[in-house]
Amino acid sequence: MSEAAIQARELTRRFGDFVAVDHATFQVQTGQVFGFLGPNGAGKTTTIRMLTGLLPPSSGVARVAGLDPAAESRRLRGRLGYMSQLFSLYGDLTVAENIDLFGGLYEVTGERFRARRAWVLEMAGLEGQEKRLTAELPLGWKQRLALGCAVLHEPPILFLDEPTSGVDPVARRAFWDLIDALAEGGTTVLVSTHYMEEAEYCNRLLLMNRGRVIAEGTPGELRARLETPDASLEDVFVELVRREGGAVVG
Amino acid sequence: MIDAVRLLAMARKETIQIRRDPRSLALAFAVPVLMLIFFGYAITWDVDDLPLAVVNEDAGTRGERLVDAFTASGYFVVAVRPARRSDADGLLVRGSVAGVLIIPPDFSRRMSAGGPAPVQFLLDGADANTATIALNYAEAIAGRWSRDAVLSGRTVALPADAESRVWYNPTLASRNMIVPGLIAVIMSIIAAMLTALTIAREWERGTMEQLASTPVHRLEVVLGKLLPYVVIGMADVALAVAVGVTLFGVPLNGSVLLLAVLTLLFLLGALGLGIFISAALKSQVLATQVAMVATYLPALLLSGFLFDIASMPAVLRAITLVIPARYYVAVTRGIFLKGVGIQVLWVQGVAMLIFATVGLGLATLAFRKRIAA
Repeated sequence: MSEAAIQARELTRRFGDFVAVDHATFQVQTGQVFGFLGPNGAGKTTTIRMLTGLLPPSSGVARVAGLDPAAESRRLRGRLGYMSQLFSLYGDLTVAENIDLFGGLYEVTGERFRARRAWVLEMAGLEGQEKRLTAELPLGWKQRLALGCAVLHEPPILFLDEPTSGVDPVARRAFWDLIDALAEGGTTVLVSTHYMEEAEYCNRLLLMNRGRVIAEGTPGELRARLETPDASLEDVFVELVRREGGAVVG
Repeated sequence: MIDAVRLLAMARKETIQIRRDPRSLALAFAVPVLMLIFFGYAITWDVDDLPLAVVNEDAGTRGERLVDAFTASGYFVVAVRPARRSDADGLLVRGSVAGVLIIPPDFSRRMSAGGPAPVQFLLDGADANTATIALNYAEAIAGRWSRDAVLSGRTVALPADAESRVWYNPTLASRNMIVPGLIAVIMSIIAAMLTALTIAREWERGTMEQLASTPVHRLEVVLGKLLPYVVIGMADVALAVAVGVTLFGVPLNGSVLLLAVLTLLFLLGALGLGIFISAALKSQVLATQVAMVATYLPALLLSGFLFDIASMPAVLRAITLVIPARYYVAVTRGIFLKGVGIQVLWVQGVAMLIFATVGLGLATLAFRKRIAA
């Protein structure tokens, strides 16, 4: 078996006395849609930031696309796409200008850029909206544009940090169709969410609470651990957190 | 290490953002010209038309001729003629006159007798600068008038005669000195303010995180942000020079090309300083304030613009060595008034090259793509 797309071993991050991520160990196989579940403050965002090289770990190691994010972040960034929790494209640029910018930053040029640009506009349903200021778009469209910009360079690995928070259920569903399509094309997707119904769309799930990994497996395996095959994932999650002795927030 | 595609993508994005933001456009183009016009008219060290109170108690006619000599000079105007000396004191206290000229009753008689004929000149020393200049004028006027009166047409060769010629600014118009210096001071402030917002804004809006996740190098971010502001800064200086020459009539004696090259060096450092402040503080409000404090007072007080550096205490003189505006003030004044070339200004050129290197170096070092907590 080839090397996993993402590996974390004992990954830990402390901010002063606070341990945001506590010895997290897991791996994500190539082509999987891997879900990060957990309440706010569970350490999902911090883990993603360490995996993308935005934040150095306090201890532990990670390998993403065969590279060490802490030491080889610049090389790694050409091979991954990242969409942060808050909408973070430029609101004062138009749709087309945002695509131009990220095309430039990812060095996607010429014919390839024109093709990718057309693909993003079609994928995000933004054809004919190229000249609109991004700030004026509805949130669901903004998120699809942000996804498009994050995968302009066709990265093998994609990190999505709560990409659908604040988006209405219909737009959320449409967004997950895009994730599915990317995964079918071979992209490894690590996505964090606190919407339990979204967990069903993932191949594997990792449950985090208070910085610790409390469970990992397919949605079916996690249900089986409770010996209640027809329980909702939400029930599973609440029960696992309760057994951990932690409180469920949010 | 630096990739042209990424650098240009950053510069283009920054340009679009400046163009869409009326506030940054106003700060970039309207503020420098307005400041130049306001300060250019407001600041002047020329002393003329000083209001004078004259108490002429002279029984003869010569006292009045001395008064004529004062008004004919153009430096003084007779504002009021109090009847008594005691009335004049009150005028000086209230500041309604700059000086009081008192000619005693026996002035003409003493003049005729060839003896010393003292007149009294009272000055308001509260404004020491104006009082000093007024005193020099008064002494010169009285001296020349006395000599003419004694010689009455004859010429006498003086043993030592200072023949003064004022070079570079023959009319000693202070505006000719103020406007070029002012351009340097204004650009010190504006340049740092322009870039102080740029990186802090990315942090505050959350766009930095997306930017940081791309392969863009921090040097590409810094230079990409710098490029459009260099163009704006150069346009500002061109505009200010045009206003100085046309509106204020300041002579531009030196090479425009040299001015452009040295301005570019200065701007690289000043804009870099703004980026450094922005990257280090990550808050637009804080960065603007720090940029203002870090540039405004040093540029105004320690650049040699208001106060002559040579007459500062040694400690302050040493501090001025690290004030970039000091070098740029010397450049604008030197090129405008003296028309000097690189053979003189290379010292300033080297100093500003160091400043540019340090400014951009600090900006790049302070800019961290990593997200702290």
